[in-house]
Amino acid sequence: MKQRQYKVMDQHRPGNTLSLGRRDFIKLVGGGIVVLFHAGDTAFLEAQGRGGYPTDFNAYLRIGEDGRVTVYTGKVELGQDVVTSLAQMAADELDVSLESIDMVMGDTDLCPYDMGTFGSMSIRFFGPALRSAAAEARATLVQLAAARLSTPADRLSVEDGVVFAASDKSRRVTYGQLAKGRKITRTLEGKAATKPVSRFAVMGKPAKRRDARLKVTGRAQYAGDIRLPGMLYARILRPPAHGATAKQIDTSGAEKIPGVTVVREEDLVAVLHTDPEAAEKALETIKTEFDLPKAAVDEETVFDYLVKAAPPAQETERKGDLAQGEKTAADVFEARYVNGYGAHATIETHTAAAKVEGGRVTVWTSTQTPFPNRQEVAQALGFAPENVHIITPFVGGGFGGKSSSGRQAVEAARLAKAVGKPVQVCWSRAEEFFYDTFRPAAVVTIKSGIDSAARICLWDYRVYFAGSRSAEQFYDVANNLIRVYGQWRGETTKAHPFGVGPWRAPGANINVFARESQIDIMAAKAKADPLEFRLNNTSDKRMRSVLQAVADRFGWKKAPAPSGRGYGIACAIDAGTYVAQIAEASVDKSSGSAKIKRIVCAQEMGIVINPEGAQMQIEGCITMGLGYTLAEDVRFKGGQILTKNFDDYDVPRFSWLPEIETILVKNDELTPQGGGEPAIVPVGAAVANAIFDATGARLFRMPMTPERVRQSIRSI
Amino acid sequence: MIETIRFRLNGKPTTLRIEGDRKLLWVLRTDLGLTGTKFGCGENLCGACTVIVDREPVRSCQLPVNEVRGKEVITIEGLEKDGKLHPLQEKFAEHGALQCGFCTPGMIMNAYGLLLKNPKPTRDQIISAMDDNLCRCGCHKRIIRAIEGASAQM
Repeated sequence: MKQRQYKVMDQHRPGNTLSLGRRDFIKLVGGGIVVLFHAGDTAFLEAQGRGGYPTDFNAYLRIGEDGRVTVYTGKVELGQDVVTSLAQMAADELDVSLESIDMVMGDTDLCPYDMGTFGSMSIRFFGPALRSAAAEARATLVQLAAARLSTPADRLSVEDGVVFAASDKSRRVTYGQLAKGRKITRTLEGKAATKPVSRFAVMGKPAKRRDARLKVTGRAQYAGDIRLPGMLYARILRPPAHGATAKQIDTSGAEKIPGVTVVREEDLVAVLHTDPEAAEKALETIKTEFDLPKAAVDEETVFDYLVKAAPPAQETERKGDLAQGEKTAADVFEARYVNGYGAHATIETHTAAAKVEGGRVTVWTSTQTPFPNRQEVAQALGFAPENVHIITPFVGGGFGGKSSSGRQAVEAARLAKAVGKPVQVCWSRAEEFFYDTFRPAAVVTIKSGIDSAARICLWDYRVYFAGSRSAEQFYDVANNLIRVYGQWRGETTKAHPFGVGPWRAPGANINVFARESQIDIMAAKAKADPLEFRLNNTSDKRMRSVLQAVADRFGWKKAPAPSGRGYGIACAIDAGTYVAQIAEASVDKSSGSAKIKRIVCAQEMGIVINPEGAQMQIEGCITMGLGYTLAEDVRFKGGQILTKNFDDYDVPRFSWLPEIETILVKNDELTPQGGGEPAIVPVGAAVANAIFDATGARLFRMPMTPERVRQSIRSI
Repeated sequence: MIETIRFRLNGKPTTLRIEGDRKLLWVLRTDLGLTGTKFGCGENLCGACTVIVDREPVRSCQLPVNEVRGKEVITIEGLEKDGKLHPLQEKFAEHGALQCGFCTPGMIMNAYGLLLKNPKPTRDQIISAMDDNLCRCGCHKRIIRAIEGASAQM
């Protein structure tokens, strides 16, 4: 067993074994019981290459003198409602009410290091550590109560933060009374006993969003809502295209405008004013000349270009022998699937406010990654990281788009330092589209085969620039090879003419679109029902259970496609979660417009912490999924981004909305799995298969715009 | 040009000495400190900046402040009365009709404008009235239910 530290410290003589950071932290939060605990899965963090930071613990839990419990976490609230589900976890393990939990999130001075909020990992990886810490804190408090009440710990019970003797409820002491006047730190290593599902009192029950009141009254603060005395609003000069170089920049017009401050640094030219519109007007007076690079690609040529530019293959799965598979095959199918670039298009644009004071900079910023942002700002300003304080207010949507860089935080911090006043940077919608790190355009080619019994015997899968997420094989294929030519992140992204990065379930959407379309193509050729074909080709129990659940709820009746009914099915594994969806579409054959009437989704995600939150995420995923499936496509010419606002980037609207039904398939045998992304993953294929079932037209490219659907119908 | 502009804001008489062509959104957010009204697109395309002007839902990002002279302006901050939420606010919270919350003030104000004109809208009327308010998190289904719930209660 690992050694544990357990110290009861004198108020005036802090333990000398604590690091400076911890001591400062405890000074900051005052008295009470503090539990420090380690990251949920350090091996995982190290695998992500983001380890090596000075503090190896991942969060704090504090029981205050007033009995309130504060959870400090580097995770941030972007809408995914971890502000509620993490609080549920802490409340349940501590035996306190949900109302008594306060969350402090994404503040680099108060919260210990966290690499960021992405990848459906808050509940999955941070959750277990938080639960263990809360369980440990409860055990500590019960020990203290045992001494206070002169009763053995095993004869004490806890309800709502009150410890009492099981035999005599009047012999009681509250958490607040126990915490008062004592400062206890406990560093948690290994696991404490957490509650089994059968004893859940707060977890597993639907909980209302704890941020709802703030958000419906307009009181919820986002980075753009921070008001600092004397703050200037900055507008920054942007190049007309990625890769453009400035030949001449003339700011003399702006310099003459009363109240305007001009900042000119080598790569940062900005105008600032106390009125954001005046800054905007000043920006318009700047005269520029840029050299534009030759545009190499556009939306139509990019796919061939990417295949040519691809790095060597990495094999992620190999089983059997492809040549053997081809020999066995009664039918062989070859197809290529593509998608263009996708924008995150959060309604809140990238925004930050910064102030520099006494050699320290504080930045309020809309980000999924406050701690990596701290490093970036420190480097840009030449400050030590401990002199950079990143505060993350509520974030107006992320979806991966606020995790790649802290550009706006760096801009605000640099400008605040340059002008000696607080500065806000709030990107316009055109800047947001320009600097968005898009979901990369990607290509998948598949050569597959079925034998005479309609069993898949060949799977030769190549994916370009999207990585292998959700491409993992769960069908029982004897001869299987999966090759990845370039990822959605890292060195290979330099092939793109502008920035790309993670977009909700990165890479998984194109991988599942390709695989589940290919499965349907094979089923159609075999004249097999698409559901039955899948069930006949997978023995994966979790997959079979979600397929069965979604079919039952939908009222699936067997028929080979195209049946004319417009039913499409698709399934996937993502972030440890299994998901199956059925879409019902009607297609106007003359316009090519596809109306999605109904989507049923079955999801099995292990233990569900907040069924209400999980359902909300599924609905959000399905709705957002319709966007990448049917409409969203960034227009560009080389490094020039032609898409500048929502009139040229159609995100899902009320009038698109299908009936959405969700089923959470119970599996309490498994720890909680991801919830923020899985349900977006099968949408493309479910819709493509529904369009095929309605019309007999097979779509190989997303988004499936009316024009593309019409062309496909014509070519039958 | 600096003008004197008088109007009612959330029920209170308000006087500004201000450049009259400045947009209402930025006057609310900077001069008046009412940050509940959000900037999303700046071109009347997303609805995050929706406020009520003389009982009509209006996009404040394109509206010169001198156009509200003598008018009644209501923002999200003006809906709560004596600590009691408006039924729309209550129902948005109850139905979980929000995630990131950034479009929420504009959604609620647009729905408020709808219910002023049409207290008992059909589902199709709600969809049509709300269609130009964008929500990226995908709360549409719950927003419709929240508006229906508020309508039933009012």
